[in-house]
Amino acid sequence: MAIDFRKDVEHVAKLARLELTKTEKETMAGQLSDILDTARRIQELDTEGIEPTSHVIDFPATMREDEVGASLPLNRVLQNAPKRDNDFFRVPRIAKSGNDGQ
Amino acid sequence: MEYEVVIGLEIHLELQTQSKLFCSCSTSFGKEPNTNCCPVCLGLPGSLPVFNRKAIELAVTAALALNSSVQLNSRFDRKNYHYPDLPKAYQVSQYEKPIALGGCLELEIDDQVKKVNLERVHLEEEAGKLIHSGDSIIGSDYSKVDYNRAGIPLLEIVTKPDLCSGHEARLFLEELRMLLLYSGASDCKMEEGSLRCDANISLRPMGSKQLGTKAEVKNMNSFKAVEMALNYEAERQRQILISGGSVIQQTCHWDEEEKVTVPLRSKEGSSDYRYFPEPDLLPLLLEEKEVNIIKSVLPESPMDRRLRFQKEYGLAKSEASLFTSNRPLGEYFEIVALKYKDYSNLARWIQGDYLYQLREAGKSESALEPDKLVELLNLLDNGDINRPVAKELLAEMVRSGESPSRLVNEKGLKQISGHDMLLPLVEKVINENPDAVNNYLGGKEKALKFLIGQVMALSGGRADPGEVKKMLISKIAE
Repeated sequence: MAIDFRKDVEHVAKLARLELTKTEKETMAGQLSDILDTARRIQELDTEGIEPTSHVIDFPATMREDEVGASLPLNRVLQNAPKRDNDFFRVPRIAKSGNDGQ
Repeated sequence: MEYEVVIGLEIHLELQTQSKLFCSCSTSFGKEPNTNCCPVCLGLPGSLPVFNRKAIELAVTAALALNSSVQLNSRFDRKNYHYPDLPKAYQVSQYEKPIALGGCLELEIDDQVKKVNLERVHLEEEAGKLIHSGDSIIGSDYSKVDYNRAGIPLLEIVTKPDLCSGHEARLFLEELRMLLLYSGASDCKMEEGSLRCDANISLRPMGSKQLGTKAEVKNMNSFKAVEMALNYEAERQRQILISGGSVIQQTCHWDEEEKVTVPLRSKEGSSDYRYFPEPDLLPLLLEEKEVNIIKSVLPESPMDRRLRFQKEYGLAKSEASLFTSNRPLGEYFEIVALKYKDYSNLARWIQGDYLYQLREAGKSESALEPDKLVELLNLLDNGDINRPVAKELLAEMVRSGESPSRLVNEKGLKQISGHDMLLPLVEKVINENPDAVNNYLGGKEKALKFLIGQVMALSGGRADPGEVKKMLISKIAE
């Protein structure tokens, strides 16, 4: 049973701000199909009464004390910025595209 | 058809830590842009987050203050979306297993206690700050980003849709702010953005159980803005419904200048966030013991304090409210009340002259040593000084910190009272004003007032007008 995943690939690519060529979309649709097939096989296992696992390590998370340490110097902070405006990162216009989440 | 307004709020609150949630960069406000940043909060590849213990404690503190049920096992998830204030293109947040579930806050609305229920409380990282090149996000050609704020611990509090007007939303936020300030979890400064609020608002036919289509309102930068924006949005939706249209689900921006809500963009469904467990952070496991310790040191809530001030000191509701909203002033009252037992008199002085003089002198609530205020009130109660003198002294004391008895002696302000001290003054005034005396004897009450004024002037304001009046009447009658 072959399901066409091209629409899903396009949707995910759009969310991830990726531009894909037609060939790439087809390749990835095939890969996505394989991945989901594997997932489906795993889902056949009987997991009744078993807590879902999110992490395989079983000990409490590490904590640090609330102490201020050194930050990076400004030139290091901005060294990878595609564009800057004085000491700020400069980004293209935002409104009507994207989603601010919160 | 009659409609009712249904409002739920999402409150974001920066927790009061020194360092960020997952790294040791400073959280301090107003620093040069991008100077409180490191590989973790910039989301550079290979960096790893580590929990700030204090942030967790403050989240638990806030949750307990809100009667929310703290979860001993909670988890962090990645919320994936693209926005320039989010350097990693995901926000580390809590989705499936938040740190606390449920909860409620009671507040008084028009003398009725209203309980507002909470959905959940969860912890997440703050985003960076965007500065738009134009006047607002909509007209800007480009924006500038400052990541100093990115990674500050942020608590999100989600209410159930229990509020039914902009006014209620505002009162709720005021009570919530006070509660969280008392708990010490946050400084709750709306003007610095450490307390922010978004709202979901919809209308439904009166009495209907089903929720209508909602709009989300953002960018409300003060409690007043929340009230205005929600009232505006409720009316906008009502007009649509009355004219037979239907509300579309959307996000709106409150325009503070124009006082209108402006639709921003259609909202993507929450499944588009593609939440999944944050692999870089282990589940957050709390011990019941730790939670109990935090619970045991939780300060009194504002609501409890208001009630206690009324019960314990017999204060009026308005006084109890003032001593709660102005917490340091309430604390000052309580310290003085240990040594001065006429509580209502004390409350009147503190909320009246004392507060006035503090503001005049630009001093803090505890500026005057409590003992000195007690001394002043005792001098007044014992009749050593009169009320106008006491007021004058208090001003002086707040300015200089001088003790009242010393000022009384230095300035010779002791009340002139008693027969022996007043008699010479009264006799002098009677002798020098025979016309006024005759007028009074002729039935003119005003003449008596004039005579009292003369004696008061002679005494330099230090006599007790009541006593002067009595003595004048009896002396004239002789």
